[in-house]
Amino acid sequence: MKKYILNRLGLSVVTMFIVATIVFFLTHILPGNVARRYLGKSATEDDLVRFNTKFGLDQPLFTQFYRWLRDLLTGDLGTSMAFNKPASELLLPAIGYSSRLALMSFLIIVPLSIAGGIVAAMYRGKLVDRILTVGGLSAAVIPEFVWAVTLILVFGVTLEVLPVTAFPTRGDPTIFSQIEHLILPSTALLLVLFGYIARITRASVIEALESDYMRTAVLKGLSRRRAVVTHVLRNALLPSIAVIASQVPYLVGGLVAVEIVFNYPGFGTILRDAVGGRDYAVLQSGVMLTSLVIVLFQLAADILFAVLNPRIRSRISE
Amino acid sequence: MSTAPSLELRDLQVQYTVRGIKKDVLRGISFSIAPGEAYGLVGESGCGKSTAAFAAMRYLPRNGSISGGQILFEGNDMTTMSADAVSNLRKSAISMVYQNPIAALNPTVRIGNQVAEVFELLGESESDALKHATEALTRVQIADVDSVMRRYPHQLSGGMAQRVVIAMALATNPRLLVMDEPTTGLDATVEAEVLDLVRDLRRETGTAVLFISHNLGVIRHMCDRVGVLYAGSLVEQGTTKEIFNNPSHPYTVGLLRCIPRGGLHKNTDRLDTILGTPPALGAKFDGCVFVDRCALVDDRCRTSMPEAVHVEPQHIARCFNHEKAQSMPRAIDDVQVTVSALANRPTTGTRLLNIDHLSKAFTQEGRTVRVVNDVSLSVGVGETLGLVGESGAGKTTIAKLILGLTGSDSGSNVVLDGKTLAATLSKRDVSDVGAMQIVFQNPDQALNRRHSVTRIVSRAVQKLRGLNSNESDDRAHELLSGMRVEASLHSARPSQLSGGLKQRVAISRAFAGSPQLVVCDEPTSALDVSVQATILNLLVDLQKQDGTSFIFISHDLGVVRYISDKIAVLYLGRVVEFGDSNQVFGGPHHPYTEALLSSVPNIDGSVRKRIPLAGTVPSPSNPPSGCVLNPRCPRMAGSGVEGLCTTVEPDLKEVEPGHFMRCHIPFDQLRITQQK
Repeated sequence: MKKYILNRLGLSVVTMFIVATIVFFLTHILPGNVARRYLGKSATEDDLVRFNTKFGLDQPLFTQFYRWLRDLLTGDLGTSMAFNKPASELLLPAIGYSSRLALMSFLIIVPLSIAGGIVAAMYRGKLVDRILTVGGLSAAVIPEFVWAVTLILVFGVTLEVLPVTAFPTRGDPTIFSQIEHLILPSTALLLVLFGYIARITRASVIEALESDYMRTAVLKGLSRRRAVVTHVLRNALLPSIAVIASQVPYLVGGLVAVEIVFNYPGFGTILRDAVGGRDYAVLQSGVMLTSLVIVLFQLAADILFAVLNPRIRSRISE
Repeated sequence: MSTAPSLELRDLQVQYTVRGIKKDVLRGISFSIAPGEAYGLVGESGCGKSTAAFAAMRYLPRNGSISGGQILFEGNDMTTMSADAVSNLRKSAISMVYQNPIAALNPTVRIGNQVAEVFELLGESESDALKHATEALTRVQIADVDSVMRRYPHQLSGGMAQRVVIAMALATNPRLLVMDEPTTGLDATVEAEVLDLVRDLRRETGTAVLFISHNLGVIRHMCDRVGVLYAGSLVEQGTTKEIFNNPSHPYTVGLLRCIPRGGLHKNTDRLDTILGTPPALGAKFDGCVFVDRCALVDDRCRTSMPEAVHVEPQHIARCFNHEKAQSMPRAIDDVQVTVSALANRPTTGTRLLNIDHLSKAFTQEGRTVRVVNDVSLSVGVGETLGLVGESGAGKTTIAKLILGLTGSDSGSNVVLDGKTLAATLSKRDVSDVGAMQIVFQNPDQALNRRHSVTRIVSRAVQKLRGLNSNESDDRAHELLSGMRVEASLHSARPSQLSGGLKQRVAISRAFAGSPQLVVCDEPTSALDVSVQATILNLLVDLQKQDGTSFIFISHDLGVVRYISDKIAVLYLGRVVEFGDSNQVFGGPHHPYTEALLSSVPNIDGSVRKRIPLAGTVPSPSNPPSGCVLNPRCPRMAGSGVEGLCTTVEPDLKEVEPGHFMRCHIPFDQLRITQQK
């Protein structure tokens, strides 16, 4: 088991390095002279040179890459050119806000989607199954920012039951007001991800329902409900773990769009501004942090999968 | 207890709904099983055997429904019972053993808990249930019960898993036990052990048994009475002795004739078949269900359904012509194989393939596992070499090494038609690849589902003979027609074909490069006996016309005996006996071969004393010292050479001309002990 975890950890490090390489060189392909953009038309050549020296932009690309990597590993996320302060000061609070939204969405999406998948599987072919699968799929094809806007229009503007921003603007934010503000953005993400996770769950529950061991359980005399709980769910939810982990990048991507629509000071908003403003350090470090989250989720899912699946567990403990 | 039968089906009709259309699966079958009786159901696949078995448990697939009749358990109709009442019966009174035991166990729950669940359902506390689970597993003679309790299904062998399932089924002393192909897929030795176990437990508990099997030998040994199912109808029923000695329905007669019984050999006997295939699910009949395949059919059969006729008081047959059934003409398929023009005749002498010191060792977790150990064999031109042995003996690995699918270790030598072949396929040239081909056990997995039949064969022709696509298509059609795959099916996909036809396509593909040697790895194991017979006949014809040699792997010793000229018996990657088919089967045998042969239930009903092999096949990563068979050898004790057996590995010696054995016990001594 230890070997397996170390192995996965090693793979995660390799993944992160590849991501770092791609992120670094891609951001440097963005067109435009950075120094000119920040210093304005009136800046002299000397000013430009000074700016480039300060941010290391005069160095060869590979030297810049090396320094950036070295800094990242020591926890230095670089300096924001736009705000002229450490990128970490911008990113860390934003990450905090985003995690709150992500966590809330995750807590809503995962149980609901899995429950939806199970119900659809148990009543497969019936009306409730049709509604869940067709509805889930239809909702998933509409982008999250469209959902976000629609939700705002319906619940925020027309019905006026929920706030239109994701962040309490007036008074002291209590935990309840925070949750209240996060309902609409989470719902937008739920609508996009529900269909996919529910579908996979449904498929694996059906597979388990039709398995020989389920038949054994029923013919042992178990009631259908008890057989489902004790024999189907554990087997059926294993694939769902992998699927949910694979959905984390989409969740993160969706988060960016939703945050912007709901005017939420998460890192999605920060990243958007960083792209617009050619704020290399913020952009690169932001993407790196996002990738780190995704890779860690994947790692956690792999380990969880192995722990829950005796077949893999015994293979890796040999 | 009343005198009511344990189980009685009365005119039971079951339908499956397929794409909204109801199709008849069981067409009113009636039989009853008395307490303590064992009743066997036989028939080809798709005839409703398993449906009948599950119906006895009041369990049908989602699309299945009972459209008429009754299922009486001890006189109570299960078709009208509430779901709870049925569950209660399943908890304590009726239970089932399944075909695929490993799949029947939950992969994520420990064995102990799965067995204990049976007791928990009866209201026992967890600790009591676990204690009883230990007892239940002990009862089915599982060694090291505590360790098995903690394991997961994938950590068990097939035989062990089947013992667990049987333990679970018998845990509550059920009054009816339904067994659906309980030994299919198990080795002959394991099968014999499982059957012995069931017999002993039945003697102990007096449980009534409904036994489903396609293996007539097993049925003959296990059952008191037999029913023959065809197309969802019970066409014949009687005591086992009556059915086997005096079959009175043409279908039963046909089934019995298809089987390669001991003594039949390809050189002297052609196997009978049952022409055609069982009707599609839900086919409609005006008359007899067997009308399309029957040799005795007349006008009456086509228009009216024959009533059940009492041949003997206990023996009924649904046939107008039942008196003539046993003298009905033989059904022999006359195959005209026309590929001889392109036969690839060997150029050097009569020996086609020579294997010398073939070895393969894998490294697993730092340990060396010798899967194939110094195997030397030869195959003559136009000859069939049968490879037999329990699973794990290395049969398939040897085939892969010869074909170059797996690279053999250095020192191994494979010579085909005078030419030494490279160890791996990628280093062999096209003509070498075409000269040796393989037919797999499961044509479903071996044929590309997305390609048409023509394309599958034509691609092989293109690759192996370098023809352009028009020429290769022509050649593919020619090959397929030669293998009796009708032209109308050439553009079909494999999924549209029956198992037998798929295997014919696979054989056509193997013959695309005009091979000199074809490896057949369990080619008929997934097929019904009637289809098996046609495939075996086809292989024999091809051999006669082209002089093709075969290496034939099968766990069915009857089939191997029928088709092979030479036999190699393998144990733990070693050849323990090698010789002419009649030498190996006739004896004196190697002690391992003897045990293997004695475990096969004979179709002719002769009772042979089973020579049991103690314990299980040892792991090749840690073989026993001395002769690898010594911990299990049935003949070592009292042989006088025990000291040698446990310390020195015997060589493969020629004990009589052409007959080789790896055993310390003198040949004459084996002859004497085996005659007793």
